[in-house]
Amino acid sequence: MPNGVLVFGEATEDGQLNPVTAELVGAGTALGGPVTVALLGSGVQGLAEQAGSYGAQKVIVVDDAVLKEYVGDAYLPPAERIARETDPAIILFGQTMIGRDLAPRLAQRLGTAVAMDCVKLEKNGDKLIAERPCYGGAARARYSINAMPQMATVRVKALEPAEAGSSGAEIVSQPAGVDASAVRVKVISRKKEEAEGVRLEDAKVVVSGGRGLGGPEAFTQLEELANILGGAVGASRAVCDLGWYPVAAQVGLTGKVVTPDLYIAIGISGASQHMAGISSVKNIASVNKDPDAGIFKSSRWAVVTDWKEFVPAFIEEVKKVRAA
Amino acid sequence: MPHIVCLVKQVPDPETPASQFKVDEAAKKVIPAPGVQPVPSQFDTIGVEAALRIKDKLPDTTITVVSVGPDSFRDSIKTGLAMGADEGVHVNDPAVNDADHWATAEVIAAVIQKLGAFDLVIAGRQATDWDMGVVGSTVAEILGVPVVTIAKDVQMDGGKITVERVLLDGFETVEAPAPAVVTISNEFGEPRYPQLKQIMAAAKKEVKNWTCADLGISPPANRVTLEALFVPETKVETEVIEGETPQEKAQKLAQRLREAKLI
Repeated sequence: MPNGVLVFGEATEDGQLNPVTAELVGAGTALGGPVTVALLGSGVQGLAEQAGSYGAQKVIVVDDAVLKEYVGDAYLPPAERIARETDPAIILFGQTMIGRDLAPRLAQRLGTAVAMDCVKLEKNGDKLIAERPCYGGAARARYSINAMPQMATVRVKALEPAEAGSSGAEIVSQPAGVDASAVRVKVISRKKEEAEGVRLEDAKVVVSGGRGLGGPEAFTQLEELANILGGAVGASRAVCDLGWYPVAAQVGLTGKVVTPDLYIAIGISGASQHMAGISSVKNIASVNKDPDAGIFKSSRWAVVTDWKEFVPAFIEEVKKVRAA
Repeated sequence: MPHIVCLVKQVPDPETPASQFKVDEAAKKVIPAPGVQPVPSQFDTIGVEAALRIKDKLPDTTITVVSVGPDSFRDSIKTGLAMGADEGVHVNDPAVNDADHWATAEVIAAVIQKLGAFDLVIAGRQATDWDMGVVGSTVAEILGVPVVTIAKDVQMDGGKITVERVLLDGFETVEAPAPAVVTISNEFGEPRYPQLKQIMAAAKKEVKNWTCADLGISPPANRVTLEALFVPETKVETEVIEGETPQEKAQKLAQRLREAKLI
């Protein structure tokens, strides 16, 4: 009988335990546990105790140089082996670069399915009910999985992390057992892209412009506003399609997902595909001359006005309150 | 002759205003917005573009566009052909029109096997309706070939696929032997728009209509059950910033943001 919850913890690139690990253990515990943490990587042995401090019963560590850089072909064999040996009812991954690549492949190898990018997990009897955004966040779907193990990936920061306590977890080390010839995909090089100024994804404030701005010239003012606020400039898909602003700044379903403390939307109507990029933002201030603009429904502050007069005045006001 | 298979499907237009997005909770289906036509999933047309760029360099490449779904999905194949793909396969079988991602992947894999030799399968990193992002990887596992997900560039050269894979803070270049599956992300760039001449030419290109029987498979069982579909409640209380002039409104908004410690 499959039993318990197997969660795949993760290390960060600089060798720390990825906080998603505590979130996954918390989710697994809330689903009834007992929780086993699998920790795969290179140089991760030293993280095992911490991984076990969140209430897991057992930590299985696979610390092997072959797992230094993430390659699905190398991670899959130990992941599959641990899944089969542990025989859990539920397997959880983070919706991370690793989880979104590895979980679907593992699901197929185990003959089951995985609900991706879940924001809520519940149990109905023995059945996992996995809730996830779809249609770019415009809708939510709840799935159950008709096979064992029931798999889900969990959106980062969507669920409460478990608190660290005293570690009573049993720690077991296993070899990777990866045959180098089975690793068909090879990493040739890695390149970090240094963003100029504040990265859109990291910005505390994003000032974003849409088609309502009428042309590329307006973005100079948006940049000025973003500069004053120490933020970054975003743009709607329409704006990028029209070539008014670089595609790298596109926010939305086919652009970037941003999570600033404050999102200022100027001349953006709020198509579902744009809202998909800001679905986790709590504070949206929007400026639009159309009182029926869809984005107002999701905004904490709505300003019905022509941006042309509003934005220069707003820049001055922001300067004033910041100087005060 | 290199052969690339592109996976496409039709979705509700994501440019639909959020206020027109409605769900029939009993049927667990999205109610199409009045007057808004479905469109090919954007990641899929980017995938066709990626295949065409390879064909630009290797002109003897054949590109086959494959779709599994109801009548409306034919338009996504037509779009691929108008962009420059060579032929289409439409599996329009009522037995799999409600197929989940895994059943769909089984059918796609059967199509690819029936088509014969292939070098590369390109799928969107996800479809913009269900946003699940599993079909490309699942097809790769069924076919037993390597997969590289979330690509911003794909090159094919003498049995080798070179992919730039998007990472959180940059990208990595990876190599895989052909045949392989690659899922494409929006970082690749914009797909081309078909010209009228190409749209006319596409009408003459062959679209094969296959059923599960043609593929020699029984309709695969679904692995997930959709228990509910709903529009989440947005718990935002909107304050409309009042004022006689834009200047007054600007002052008030700045004040509010200051009070909320956001600026």
